[in-house]
Amino acid sequence: MKKALLFCGVLLVTQLLFAQIESVLPPRPSPAVLYNDLTPGRSFLTSPQADQLEKILVAYDDSTSSQICVVIVESLQDYTANEYATALGRSWGVGSKQFNNGVVILISTGGKTGDRDAYIATGYGMEGAIPDVVAKSIVENDIIYNFREGQRYRGLEQAVLSIAKAAAGEYKAPARRKKKSKSDIPPVVIVIAFLLLSILFGGGGGWGGRGRRGGFGGWTGGTWLGGGGFGSGGFGGGGFGGGGFGGGGFGGFGGGGFGGGGAGGKW
Amino acid sequence: MKGSTIALLAVLGVFLLFAFWGCNAYNGFVTGEQGVKKSWSNVETNYQRRTDLYGSVIKTVEASANFEKSTLNAVVQARAAATQVKIDINDPASLQAYQQAQANLQGSFSRLIASFEQYPDLKTTKAFQDFQTQIEGTENRINVARQDYNKAVETFNLSVKRFPGNLLAGLFGFSEKAYYEADKGSEKAPDIKFNIQ
Repeated sequence: MKKALLFCGVLLVTQLLFAQIESVLPPRPSPAVLYNDLTPGRSFLTSPQADQLEKILVAYDDSTSSQICVVIVESLQDYTANEYATALGRSWGVGSKQFNNGVVILISTGGKTGDRDAYIATGYGMEGAIPDVVAKSIVENDIIYNFREGQRYRGLEQAVLSIAKAAAGEYKAPARRKKKSKSDIPPVVIVIAFLLLSILFGGGGGWGGRGRRGGFGGWTGGTWLGGGGFGSGGFGGGGFGGGGFGGGGFGGFGGGGFGGGGAGGKW
Repeated sequence: MKGSTIALLAVLGVFLLFAFWGCNAYNGFVTGEQGVKKSWSNVETNYQRRTDLYGSVIKTVEASANFEKSTLNAVVQARAAATQVKIDINDPASLQAYQQAQANLQGSFSRLIASFEQYPDLKTTKAFQDFQTQIEGTENRINVARQDYNKAVETFNLSVKRFPGNLLAGLFGFSEKAYYEADKGSEKAPDIKFNIQ
């Protein structure tokens, strides 16, 4: 009897030690999205900015099969940014199971405590392309620098671009997925093109009225400027909020693993 | 005649069932044990990585002139001691010795870092900031690997100790594995401050 009690006690303690962090993590988003603002007001980015960032992230996933997941939370619940981001990456399964090529960009806004973290956690398969030193420089030079200037979208966008640059050529989308994007253009070019387009057409306003898949169809057809789809419409057009995005959007997390790699800082 | 055939068949059936169950349990133990070994090697890999990083820092420091040698020697000795610990994951004492050696190494390294205060030109270099990031990252990986190891041990130990697996585990010679316990209060990754900024 004593032994059984002791055993139960040990079990309880180990459960407390090991299982705790999973219980405070936010559940995996459904439907799956790559940009997750989980702060109470969901106002870290403006709504067009959030949609624009999601588009960039989905395009990156489509073209490389590597997944960059951006998560904004208010508080890390007394865990370090590394513990939180690593556990979240594991629990959501960011990146593919085969390559473990996921990256989690974790931002905590601190709420009342004012403890604001920015952290990039790399999956096992991304540790080579983005060593901790590189992750650190992205956090400092892209995220923290821009956040301090009040440029939140810019900070996240540049961080994603820097990650894409650092990991260029590391993973390729499998043939099945490649077909979907109908393009042999390297992922970095696609991401840069996205950014250029968003600047040209005014900060994410011009993409409405077409789903992502439709937009990419224009690449090889050579009609992407003349096609008339980009400049018109705007967000009120409904293409984005409606079915257009759901159809060509993010296909879901793949079950990638994380081993504690990455780096971060305070902003 | 007929009755005895049925009895024979019944005995044979029960025997087959037991054999099947035994094979299954055996394979389960083997898989579990491999999982424990694999996660342990991950722990060791990350400690090795940290030891190598310390080695790089030591080399950089040695190269800079008239650095105070006593703190440096302490790290070098702790490092040598840590690499000599033999580990057997079936033996809790050896894990404890390993953990102790790594903790000593880390402690002496922290003191070395603290003494950098007197050498401002050394600690502001890009190389040192990179070391800091790398060492922090390695501490984080050690932490994760350690937790993964303990989880694997927990699963394995439960399979070995729970009824009816415990009957077979003894028979096949599988025994409990030791948890890797962190220092009191160091469950979280230690905070090595280079105080650069």
